[in-house]
Amino acid sequence: MKDDITIDLACNELVEMITSYLEETLSAHDRARFDAHLMTCPGCREYVEEMRATPRLTGRLTTESISDSARDQLLRAFRRMKASSTGL
Amino acid sequence: MGGQTAVRDSDAELIDRLRDGDEAAFGGLIDAYSAPLLRLAITFVHSRSVAEEVVQETWMAVVTGIGRFEGRSSVKTWLFKILTNKAKTRALRERRTIPFSDFEIDTGDQPAVDATRFLPATHSQWPGHWATPPQPWSMGPEGAALDRETLAVLRRALEDLPHAQRMVVALRDVHGWPAADVCAALEVTEANQRVLLHRGRSRLRAVLERYFADAPMCNAQSISDTKQASG
Repeated sequence: MKDDITIDLACNELVEMITSYLEETLSAHDRARFDAHLMTCPGCREYVEEMRATPRLTGRLTTESISDSARDQLLRAFRRMKASSTGL
Repeated sequence: MGGQTAVRDSDAELIDRLRDGDEAAFGGLIDAYSAPLLRLAITFVHSRSVAEEVVQETWMAVVTGIGRFEGRSSVKTWLFKILTNKAKTRALRERRTIPFSDFEIDTGDQPAVDATRFLPATHSQWPGHWATPPQPWSMGPEGAALDRETLAVLRRALEDLPHAQRMVVALRDVHGWPAADVCAALEVTEANQRVLLHRGRSRLRAVLERYFADAPMCNAQSISDTKQASG
């Protein structure tokens, strides 16, 4: 698999460049090196897959928000504000 | 980056509606931003109940201050600025040290992957290449997404991140914000945002890798079956 010695990017460099790769902020040259490395390296292909899967999984996490009663209280305050500013 | 862009059209419209006393607009704003505001507040005050109060104070400041909003930043940035100020005041009052330096980038070496996973730099043929390459995750990413235990592991890992990393990863990947919005809200440069995202995501990946390596080779369904049987 890896008998072509022309690869100029090491795996431990690729794992540090990957976010720039995924964010599309790599220079054209680095992007080409990155892609060339991936062609020959199944380990890094798996790594890229996992770094794409990680934010997808994180996106499944639900988030806590404020309580319904806190929300109601804010809407009441908003209503009062409107009433006082329009002189009602 | 150039100067602040003018307020977006949708923001201008939103401001008009808020000033007109449109309750649906205010409710929508509360629903869209309370979760990320709460997340940021917790990083300052470290108590859920105090954080909720800070978020509440932030919204009250919006109610009373909407008339004075000049639209020089986006609504999102404005909200985060109000919250940050309130949270800092609160933290000072509670004599908590503000972990603000955490928002600066730690320049120390934090490799994305443990150095022992790679061949040494002195290796004759493959310096810096995988010695122990990553293995496909046992359940596959899609199966994993359906498994509550996986998500619980991931949630814990997210909460364990240093707070600047946690904020960036949460805003980007949980709340789905674009990079530019995160930079504006947290007042970090694009490059620093990317470093924080990189470190945070790399760490989460490593946690998931360990979790899947320890998990038996079976699908999500059989894991939840086992849990039901034992519970």
